[in-house]
Amino acid sequence: MNSGLDYFGESHHILRQTVAKFVEREIKPHVDEWEEAGEFPRDLYRKAAEVGLLGVAYPEEWSGFPSDIFHEVVVNEELTRCGSGGLAAGLMSHAIALPPILAMGTQEQKERFIPPVLRGEKIAALGITEPGGGSDVGNVKTRAVRDGDHYVVSGSKTMITSGTRADLVTMAVRTGGKGHREISLLVVETDSPGFSVSKKLKKMGWWASDTAELALDEVRVPVANRLGEEGAGFYGIMHNFRKERLYLSLMANITAQMALEESVKYARVREAFGKPLTGFQVTRHKLVDMATLVEISREFTYRVAAKIGAGMNAVKEISMAKIFSAEVCDRVCHHAVQIHGGYGFMREYLVERLYRDSRILSIGGGTTEIMKEVISKIIL
Amino acid sequence: MKSLVCMKQVPDTETQIKVNSQGTGIVTEGIKYIINPYDEFSVEEALRLKEKFKQGEVVILTIGPDRCTESIRTALAMGADKGIHINDESLNSADPFVVAQALAAAASQVDYNVIFCGHRAIDDDFAEAGAMLAELLQIPQVTLVTKVEVSDDKTKAIVERDVEGGKETVEVSLPCVLTSQKGLNEPRYASLPGIMKAKKKPIDKKTAADLGITAEARLESREYSMPPERKAGKKLEGMEPPDAAKELVRLLRNEAKVI
Repeated sequence: MNSGLDYFGESHHILRQTVAKFVEREIKPHVDEWEEAGEFPRDLYRKAAEVGLLGVAYPEEWSGFPSDIFHEVVVNEELTRCGSGGLAAGLMSHAIALPPILAMGTQEQKERFIPPVLRGEKIAALGITEPGGGSDVGNVKTRAVRDGDHYVVSGSKTMITSGTRADLVTMAVRTGGKGHREISLLVVETDSPGFSVSKKLKKMGWWASDTAELALDEVRVPVANRLGEEGAGFYGIMHNFRKERLYLSLMANITAQMALEESVKYARVREAFGKPLTGFQVTRHKLVDMATLVEISREFTYRVAAKIGAGMNAVKEISMAKIFSAEVCDRVCHHAVQIHGGYGFMREYLVERLYRDSRILSIGGGTTEIMKEVISKIIL
Repeated sequence: MKSLVCMKQVPDTETQIKVNSQGTGIVTEGIKYIINPYDEFSVEEALRLKEKFKQGEVVILTIGPDRCTESIRTALAMGADKGIHINDESLNSADPFVVAQALAAAASQVDYNVIFCGHRAIDDDFAEAGAMLAELLQIPQVTLVTKVEVSDDKTKAIVERDVEGGKETVEVSLPCVLTSQKGLNEPRYASLPGIMKAKKKPIDKKTAADLGITAEARLESREYSMPPERKAGKKLEGMEPPDAAKELVRLLRNEAKVI
C-alpha cells in the first residue's frame, strides 16, 4: 500500500508485520470454522494480549508502551484482513467498552477494570442498545434505582457484541427521570445475581462474533462502579462514539479493499467467451471505479484519524467518513459479488462473506441517518 | 551467553520477482522486505539461549542499505539488545566472500559465544557466508542446525543438524558458527511493547572503512534471467481410451523421457 506514507513510520510498519503474522498464524487457518460456529475460542483474547494487540491506545502503565492513533489504525486494519469482520469486532470489543472507563473512571476503577481486559483474562462489552431503541440513545429505558451503596438495575439490552461471554459490560442506564441528562454509565459485572444472557442472536454477517440480548432483573451494582457523575452518561457515550466510528470506517475501507483485491484476482483468471474477464472493458472500468472509491475513502479516513490523533474534535468529519466508507464498502462489495457471478453467491468465496459483513457498517455505531443528523446540526 | 546474529533483509516470499530490463538485477520498486526466515530462527534461538542463561546479550549484525534498519529494529523488538548496521555501497550487494569478510571484521570487534547465521538467504541462495565466516574467524561451524544445547560453562554445545533422511547430533566447542535450519524453533512475534522499547535500543552504523576492509569481489554476476515460461501441454483428443493410454506411454517414454 503506497498511500498514507506520511502517517506511518517505522514502528507502524513493524507493528503491521506483527499483526499480519498473528492473523496469518492464529486466525486465518481457523476463521472459516469459527464463522460457522458463531464464535471464536476465548483463548484468542489471551494470545492477542500476549502480543500486545489489546493494549494499543492504552496508557503505558497498563499496556507497557506508548502508542498513537496510527498504531490503532494498523491493528484495526490488519485484524480486519483476517476476512471476518465479526472476529475483528469481537476480539476488539473492549475498544468500545473501555474508553468510557478510561475517560470518566476514577483511578481505582481504571485499575480494577482495565488491566485484566488488556491481559486477555476478561472480556469487555459495551451495552447501549435496547430492544425498544438503538440510535435514540437519549431514550434508554433500563432503570437503575439507588439503594444505599448500590444501584438496583432492571431492563434489557440487545445486539451486544461479545455479549454472551462478557465479564463486564459498560452499560447505559437511566438513573433519574426522562431525557438524556438522566443517563449514567455503570460497569456491570456479569457474574452478579439477576444478570443473564437471554438470547444469542443470529445475524446476517459478523458470524464469528457472539452477539447477545441481555436481561437484568434487579441486578445490584455497586455505586463504586458508576463512571463519572450521575447523569453524565450521555456525554460519555457520545464521546465514545467518535473512536467507534473511526474503527468502523477503517473496517469498511479494508473490507472494500479486500473485495477489490479478490475481484482483481478473479477477473484475471476467470474466462468468459474465450478471454479473461479483465479482457472486457466493462469489467476493467468497474474495477477502476471500485479502486478509486476505496482509495479516496481510505485517504479521507486517514486524514480524519490524524485530526482525532491531534486532539481535534472532528465530529463532523468522522461522521462523514463513516457514511462515506460504509457506502463505498457496500457498493464495492456489491460489484465484487457481481464480478464473481454465481461463485460470489457461494460460501467458499470470500466476497460472499465480505458482502454480508459490510451491511452492518452503515448501521452499527450510529446509522448513516443519525450521522447525517449529527452533521446537519453542525453545518446548518 | 552472548550471541551474534548475522541477519539479512530479503524480499518477502510472496513478492513476484521480476528481472529488470537490462538483466542486471531484479526490479526493486514496490518490493516488501522481510527478515530472511532462516535468520529469524537465529534471532529466536539466540534470545532463548539468553533467557536460559538469564544473562548475556543478543547482537544483530546486518549488511545492507538504509531500509535494513527496519529489519534490525524488528529483531530488537523481538528482544535483541543492539544492532550493528554495516551500510556501505561497496558491501550492500557484494558477493558472499566480501560479505563474509565484512561480517568477520565486525565480529572481531564484539564478544560472542556463538555466531548464528541462517543456513542460506532466500534471495540469492548462495548458502556460503556462514561457512566462510567461520573459516575467516578460524572457529568451528555446524550447518543446518535444528537443535542447540549449550553446556553450562559455555565451552561446548550439543547440536542436532539435518542430514539426508534424518538427524545427526554433534558436539562442537565454542565459540562457533551455527547456521539455522527450518525446524529450529518457532520465532516469537515482535510484540507491541517490544516495538516501542526497540526505538531506544542502539544501532551502530558502520562503513567498510570503519571495519578496515577493502572489498574485492571474487564473483561477478553476468546476467539475471527468468525461468522459461511453461509451454502449453499436449492434449490427446478424439482417441479411444486404450489408444490414448498407449500414445501417452509412448510420449512419456520417447518425448518427455520421464519413464
